[in-house]
Amino acid sequence: MATVWIPTPYRDLVGGVETVVVAGSTVRQITRNLDTAYPGFWERLVDDETDRIRPGIAVVINGVVIGTALYEPVGENDEVHYLPAIAGGQS
Amino acid sequence: MTTVDKKKYKVIGTSPIRHDGADKVTGRAVYGIDYHMPGMLWGKILRSPHAHAKIKSIDASKALALPGVHAVVTGKDMAVAADIEVEAGETSLNYMHLSDNVMARDKALYKGHAVAAVAADTQHIAEEALALIDVDYEVLTPVLNGREGMKADVPLIHPDQTTKVMAFRFDPGTDTGEKSNVAGRSQLKLGDIDAGFKEADFIVEREFTTSWVHQGYIEAQNATAHWNNDDNITVWNSSQGTFNQRQLMAEILKHPVSQIKMVPLEIGGGFGGKIPVYLEVPAAMLSKKTGHPVKMTMTRTEVFEGTGPASAAQMKAKVGATKDGRITAAYAELVFEAGAFPGSAVGAGAQGMFTAYNIENILIDGYDVVVNKPKSAAYRSPGTPQACFPAEAVIDELAELVGMDPLDFRIKNAAKEGDRRADGVQHPEMGNLECMEALKASDHYKSDLGGPNRGRGVASGYWGNAGMPASCSIAINADGTVSLAEGSPDIGGSRTSIAMMCAEAFGIAAEDVHPSIKDTDSIGYNGLTAGSSTTLRNGWAVFEVTNQAIELIKARAARLWETEPENVDFADGVFFSKAEKELKLTFKEMAGKLMETGGPISVAASVAPRGAGPSFTTHMVDVEVDPETGKVDILRYTAAQDVGTMIHHDYVEGQVQGGTAQGIGWALNEEYFYDDKGQMLNSSYLDYRVPTMLDLPMLDTILVEHPNPDHPFGVRGVAEISVVPPLGALANAIYAAVGVRMRDLPMAPHKIVKALQEKNGKTK
Repeated sequence: MATVWIPTPYRDLVGGVETVVVAGSTVRQITRNLDTAYPGFWERLVDDETDRIRPGIAVVINGVVIGTALYEPVGENDEVHYLPAIAGGQS
Repeated sequence: MTTVDKKKYKVIGTSPIRHDGADKVTGRAVYGIDYHMPGMLWGKILRSPHAHAKIKSIDASKALALPGVHAVVTGKDMAVAADIEVEAGETSLNYMHLSDNVMARDKALYKGHAVAAVAADTQHIAEEALALIDVDYEVLTPVLNGREGMKADVPLIHPDQTTKVMAFRFDPGTDTGEKSNVAGRSQLKLGDIDAGFKEADFIVEREFTTSWVHQGYIEAQNATAHWNNDDNITVWNSSQGTFNQRQLMAEILKHPVSQIKMVPLEIGGGFGGKIPVYLEVPAAMLSKKTGHPVKMTMTRTEVFEGTGPASAAQMKAKVGATKDGRITAAYAELVFEAGAFPGSAVGAGAQGMFTAYNIENILIDGYDVVVNKPKSAAYRSPGTPQACFPAEAVIDELAELVGMDPLDFRIKNAAKEGDRRADGVQHPEMGNLECMEALKASDHYKSDLGGPNRGRGVASGYWGNAGMPASCSIAINADGTVSLAEGSPDIGGSRTSIAMMCAEAFGIAAEDVHPSIKDTDSIGYNGLTAGSSTTLRNGWAVFEVTNQAIELIKARAARLWETEPENVDFADGVFFSKAEKELKLTFKEMAGKLMETGGPISVAASVAPRGAGPSFTTHMVDVEVDPETGKVDILRYTAAQDVGTMIHHDYVEGQVQGGTAQGIGWALNEEYFYDDKGQMLNSSYLDYRVPTMLDLPMLDTILVEHPNPDHPFGVRGVAEISVVPPLGALANAIYAAVGVRMRDLPMAPHKIVKALQEKNGKTK
């Protein structure tokens, strides 16, 4: 099962811990199962109207930014983060 | 310098003359501000003279009666945009707020806020008409400071705004229900902060402030819009993202995105400030009302007062370390002034603040606070220069307490691959430590300062870099050249860098690739020219199209040689038969045989890259401080940066130097001066002091090439991070020179003199 890092403001939903272990083979399944175990995550992470990860959230799997890919495969021992997406200023 | 094994390239890593160079140095390049159309009208904006005021009424009848005036628009002409958050670099905007920022409706929220727009035959008539528009204001008390704005007894800029506890910029968040100017609270937490500080032998805790600073681009915002009779809108402007602006226009105007075309013209700098829309919307609305194309350009004062600079911040930082120099814990409180609408870069600042170091226990609280100043916008590594300033200053104090050289202290605590950031993500492969070690090995580090009142400071920085989608297409010409179409506005030389990767793939010269930047109807989707992502993501797109083209050409060669495509290979610009070595044709030769082997070849591809490698950097600066005047002279400056694989050597070096110069200005000189009514007092480049070449020595660079393993050419973003360390490095150098710790930016001469007087017991 994948290890999901919980964004700090959401840790009240999981009893204050940094990480939880969640079953699922895609980001979508992981997010859905996270919400089943700890209600509130789906609404915060997924826009039901567009069926996409909310804009501005980057899913990171094993340190690699995946962007908004809800259907991205997740491996058995992968580490999943939901982070603010980076855009920036550049010249 | 290269720190790991790197592929050998022929074109990549060189410095060919830029494809747009001749046009730019001869004045033929068409910038947004140069654009002109037959029958065009001129538009001008009437701006609020008050920082905070209710708009009771607007009477434009006298202006409309002026000969030569064609139309006036106000906030009442604007559709009500959706209450949805959108991307704007590291800052964010809600469509409704963005619309209100483009044109105020019921309240003016900062001095310079647009309240009406006029279209007239000439600029002068339009300006004259502005003076005839009668706006009845009820002036309100402005909120001009983030910390002040957080208090319970101050006016609420948005009376219905409640504080949300947020994990992301667009997080619906947990609504606290508390009415406040604090739009959002966020937090990053790693490990056990209390245990970390208990373990520390030394703890330093300080408070810091920074001022509003402008990106300093030369070309002012501009837009020419034509709303055609068939309801198709075309906008010619200079921006950092045509597709992004097309979407913003569609949402604000409530108009189908398919009926809006954004045409990118050359851009005279952006640095994040040309991501949002400003003039594009009123220009389009005035065009609709008049039936004419309408051109609008800002004056420099309008740019300062009416567009988005980088947030001012009020911050606390507390860091602990053991006697042997290991950082055990770090805490920070970041209060960022968002400007008139929510959405500062506080989240990005928190993400970057302590990220150059391996610290197991971190807690960062961030506050996004609205104030009566322009809505903040992205500026090169948004949020991170502000946040890294206190981090680097406190770390410098700790190094002194521990008794270590500040560079050695950083090397000891440097984040490495596998270490965790404050948000819990493990660092990928990167060159953070190599940058620090490269500086330690430099002549600069080994040199003597050579005089009194001189000091040396170091500071490190991090920027995450972005991915974002990209599209490009190529057409192979019969003479062996390649026409390359891109959709990302070229601000920092990206068109040449992308052309170089195309040339590398085909084994031809950079000059044989002809890049051009297309409008939104002529190329697939492209993300913002931002996030130091343009070369990375378009490099991926070029990798895709060149690979596809090579496979197609192999099939053509197979026809020529009466064999199967799998028997043909390609290397170093030559197609050859695997079986018969004498059968070989260069890319150029094959290009000349396309028509006879099946016709022309063109390929398009769209990509959504991942694995944008992060950037790390460490800077070192020597200064001399005049104790009588407080003037700081920079004697020597060296920036060591992990730049991944350098595509265009000179552009990479130029980006590092340019960002460093901006950071120096941020540190020493630049600030928006406001009076107590929220009036900006220095809205010109005469009074807003950016450093010039006369203020700076040659900015030396050490370009550490640690290729990004997740990119086909090893590219990682290089454009933004160099603005981050100068703030801390200069504060630390000033301390080393004259013994005062400067914690309020800019470190202007009068502040240094005052600090020296206080240190010497001569406070007046």
